[in-house]
Amino acid sequence: MADEKRKIRIATCSLAGCFGCHTSMLDIDERLFDLLEMVEFDRTPFTDIKHCGPCDIGIVEGGVSNAENAHVLKEFRENCKVLVAIGSCAITGNVPALRNNIDLWDCFQEVYLYDPGTEGKQIPNDPELPLPFDKVYPIYEVVKVDYFLHGCPPPANAIWKFLTDLIQGRQPETGHELLRYD
Amino acid sequence: MISTITIDGKTVPFTEEQTIMDAALAAGVYIPHLCHNPEFKPHGSCKLCVVEANGRNVTSCTMPASPGMVVVNDTPELNEDRKALVQMLFVEGNHICPACEATGNCQLQAAGYYLHMQSPHFMHFYPPRRVDASHPDIFLDLNRCILCELCVRASRDIDKKSVFGISSRGIDSHLVVNSESGRLGDTSMAVTDKAAHVCPTGAILIKRKGYTVPMGKRLFDQKTLPEFHLEQQKRVEPEDGPDGG
Ligand code: SF4
Ligand code: SF4
Ligand code: FES
Repeated sequence: MADEKRKIRIATCSLAGCFGCHTSMLDIDERLFDLLEMVEFDRTPFTDIKHCGPCDIGIVEGGVSNAENAHVLKEFRENCKVLVAIGSCAITGNVPALRNNIDLWDCFQEVYLYDPGTEGKQIPNDPELPLPFDKVYPIYEVVKVDYFLHGCPPPANAIWKFLTDLIQGRQPETGHELLRYD
Repeated sequence: MISTITIDGKTVPFTEEQTIMDAALAAGVYIPHLCHNPEFKPHGSCKLCVVEANGRNVTSCTMPASPGMVVVNDTPELNEDRKALVQMLFVEGNHICPACEATGNCQLQAAGYYLHMQSPHFMHFYPPRRVDASHPDIFLDLNRCILCELCVRASRDIDKKSVFGISSRGIDSHLVVNSESGRLGDTSMAVTDKAAHVCPTGAILIKRKGYTVPMGKRLFDQKTLPEFHLEQQKRVEPEDGPDGG
């Protein structure tokens, strides 16, 4: 179909992140209208579509901390032509990875059994809960990642610059002012 | 008599006993480095400063300059190698920049920016490392130590206390504290010691000072690593230095 105006299709998700990167995406404010002229959204917390279909760009916030994160990430990699790791958690594991050199069981006991504020003193074991991994992994350690957009979260201007570059077919520039690990 | 070398084609004068690094910095030519600090004897451990001198790769912070030496420094190949070294330093420790008090003031981080490090690339080790908060004024967080030995050199050569040392070899190398308990609080280290202020990363932090300067207004928010390092050199140079001031 020769639809010259075909919009770029974007999917986003948050794995082991805090939704801060997504909040920062919304911080592009009224430029969201310009963005919606150029793109349409597939799976993302903004649309509430549950599964990712074929997309041009996939944007992943957060690291991989459990089996569900791994499934979602694989689905994104399989469906997205270009995969972007957004934010420190996706790129290094970040704060969730603070648990990485603590034994998982010790961690659970501390949080659910020993912490004075907990009620019920029970480690959650509902079969519906995704299986936690021993560590939180940056997404590039699990699938191939094409671009990295740093920051905790990346500022809205960096996201805007990055996205417009990518959408308009330019190599995204994340030069010195836009490159920040914090 | 003043002899010269060339660095990337530029003629750079040097005096006896100067290394390639000394001559370069004095002439305002930047060679990336982390474990070198002009105030201390060179140590040669981080390898970021490797250049090609007369066709051989050498650490410029330890290699004496010699007349007519042809040095190649700022090439894509060497900078790629440097980036890989920085990436290895990142994955070999636990560097959670957004949660680190040193963020924005950290030379490891600034080296990542300078070398356009887009991701740590390698698999993270997430090694178990110790945090020592026993000292009333100083934190020691080994998660962020890059084993540059600047604190070791400062404590030994300037403070004359030898509070720090490096123990074991290879991947097991780690910073140790010279007290019976191994805790910093049981040493004579004082917050005014030189060793408390030379760490290029956030491994040695002064307590209650972490956020006096807000993020976004810190050292490397204002300048790049080369700018900082070239100014650092100027501060230690005598007025009538080798380049005449
Ligand atoms: S020491 Fe530097 S690189 Fe490491 S976490 Fe702190 S700011 Fe980041
Ligand atoms: S604590 Fe800091 S100064 Fe000391 S060796 Fe580690 S990184 Fe270098
Ligand atoms: S600066 Fe020369 S080896 Fe570190």
